[in-house]
Amino acid sequence: MISANLAAIFYLVSGILFILALRGLSSPDTSRQGNYFGIAGMIIAIIVTFFSIGNFSTSLVYVIIFLVIGGAIGAFIAFKIPMTAMPELVAGFHSLVGLAAVFVAIAAFLNPSAFNLGNVGDIKLASLIEMSIGAAVGAITFSGSIIAFLKLRGIMSGAPITFSGQHILNLILGIGIFVLIFYLCKTQSPNIFWMVISISFLVGVLLIIPIGGADMPVVISMLNSYSGWAAAGIGFTLENTALIITGALVGSSGAILSYIMCKAMNRSFVSVILGGFGADNSTDDKKEKKDQKPVKSGNAEDAAFLMKNASSVIIVPGYGMAVAQAQHALREMVDKLKKNDIKVTYAIHPVAGRMPGHMNVLLAEANVPYDEVFELEDINNDFANSDVAFVIGANDVTNPVAKTDPKSPIFGMPVLDVEKCKSVLFVKRSLSPGYAGIDNELFYKDNTLMLFADAKKMTEDIVKNLE
Amino acid sequence: MEIDPFIFRLSIFILSIFIGYYVVWSVTPSLHTPLMSVTNAISSVIIVGAIIAALAGTSESVFNTSSIFGFIAIILAAINIFGGFLVTQRMLQMYKKKKDKKK
Repeated sequence: MISANLAAIFYLVSGILFILALRGLSSPDTSRQGNYFGIAGMIIAIIVTFFSIGNFSTSLVYVIIFLVIGGAIGAFIAFKIPMTAMPELVAGFHSLVGLAAVFVAIAAFLNPSAFNLGNVGDIKLASLIEMSIGAAVGAITFSGSIIAFLKLRGIMSGAPITFSGQHILNLILGIGIFVLIFYLCKTQSPNIFWMVISISFLVGVLLIIPIGGADMPVVISMLNSYSGWAAAGIGFTLENTALIITGALVGSSGAILSYIMCKAMNRSFVSVILGGFGADNSTDDKKEKKDQKPVKSGNAEDAAFLMKNASSVIIVPGYGMAVAQAQHALREMVDKLKKNDIKVTYAIHPVAGRMPGHMNVLLAEANVPYDEVFELEDINNDFANSDVAFVIGANDVTNPVAKTDPKSPIFGMPVLDVEKCKSVLFVKRSLSPGYAGIDNELFYKDNTLMLFADAKKMTEDIVKNLE
Repeated sequence: MEIDPFIFRLSIFILSIFIGYYVVWSVTPSLHTPLMSVTNAISSVIIVGAIIAALAGTSESVFNTSSIFGFIAIILAAINIFGGFLVTQRMLQMYKKKKDKKK
C-alpha cells in the first residue's frame, strides 16, 4: 500500500501525460507519440489505484477479470469498426463514459465509507453535491448519446422531433434537478438520489431529439464536453487529481469543438440546442419548384473529359461520400488524374460529414496524404484559379446563397467558393435540397455539370473513362 | 486560517480548463476526429472510481450492491479505454505524408 500523498503525485503525473496526449495532436507527426502518452497515463492511474487501496483479496481477481472482459470487447470494436461509422462509435463511447460516471456515483452513494466520504445517511455535504452533479451530468450524457447514436446509425430518423412546450418542459426539469439536489443534501434520502438520476436520463433524451441530422457535429462535440464535466464532477467526489484534470481537458475540448462547429455553420449554440433546424421547409420548396430552372446534366464520360483537360482539380467531399463509401474509388480517380500531371487537392469544410474531422479520417483511410487536404480558409482562394471543382456528396457547404441572400437560413455561413472554378462537377443522386432544406443555386449555374448517380458508382465510371 | 482542500482541487480544475483551452486550439482540424476518440479514452480514467468501489467488498462477500455497480462501471470504462485508444491508434496510423507513399 502506498501513501495517499504518493498516490496523488502519481495521479498528477498521469494527468500531465493526458495533457501531452492532446498536445501531440497538433500535428499528425507527433500524434502517435501523443497516443502512447495517453496510454501510459491510463496504465499509471490504474496501477496506482490498485496499490493505494492495497486490497489484494479475491475482489482484485474479479476486478482484473472484468477489466479484461471490457478490454476485449473494446479492442474487438476498435478493430472491427469501419471508418465511416466513426460518428456512431464516438457517440456510443460517450454514452459509456456517462453511464460509468452514474454507476460510480451510485456506488459512492451506497458505500461512502469506501471512498472516505462519510457514512450512509451522513455523507459529507460537499461530496454529496459533487456526486449528484456528476451523476446528473453523466446520466444526461448517457441518454443523450444513446439518442445521438440511434440517429447517426439510422435506427431513429434524423429528422428533429419537436412538440409544443418542449423548451419549457426542459427548463422545468432542469430546475427540478437542482431543487432535488438541494433536498437531497438536506435529507440524504436515497429516493431523491434515484429521482435526480431518472430525471437526468429523461433530460438527456429530450435535449437531443429536437436536433436534426445536419447539426450532429455540434451534438457529438457537446456530448463529448458533457462526458468531461461528468468525469470532473466524479473527480471532485473522489478527490482524484487525474480525474479532475482529465475532466477539465475533455470538457473544454468538447466545448471548443462545439464552438468551431457552430461558427462553421454561422449558428449560435443556443439555436442548435433549441433544435428544429431543417424540420420542414417543404411548403417553401414546392413553391420554388414551380419555376424549375434549367439544369445541365452529364455522364461519366463528360466528367472524365473535363477533368482530363484540366490542369488543376479541387475535390470537395461531403457526407454523401461517406454514405456511399466512395473514398477509395475517389482516390483511384485522383491517381489517374495525377498520372496525367493534373494537380489535385482536397477542400474540406469544417462541418462536412457528421463529426469534426470526419472527412479527413476517411481520406486518410483511402491513403490520401494529409498534405494534399486543405481546410476551408486555406484553399478558398484557389477555386478562382482552378479548372474543375469535383463536389462529391457535399451540398449546403457549397451553396453560394450563403453569401448572396440575406433571407436564406444559411446566410453568413462560410462556404467553399466552388462556383468560382471554371467548371463544377456536382455528383448527387437528385436535385433534392440538402439538410438545411434549401435549394442550392450552384445546380443552375452555367458552369455546373450535374452528375446524377450514386457517388461511388459515378466515381468508378469516371475512373473507367479516364483509361 | 487553513485553506480548504476543495479550493486546491478547484484551482487544479480551473487551471486545467485553461490548459485544455490552449492545447485544444492548437490541435490541427484534420485531427479533430482522433481528438474526440482520444478524449473519450482518457475520460475513462473514471475507472479509478469504479475500481475503488469494486475493491470495497471483503473476501467473504466480493459482491454487494455498491461493488456490483463498481464492477459494471469497470466493464464500461474498460471498453472505452481499450476501444478509444486502439481506434485512435488505428486512425493515426492512416495519416501519411506524400513522401511516405513511394513504397
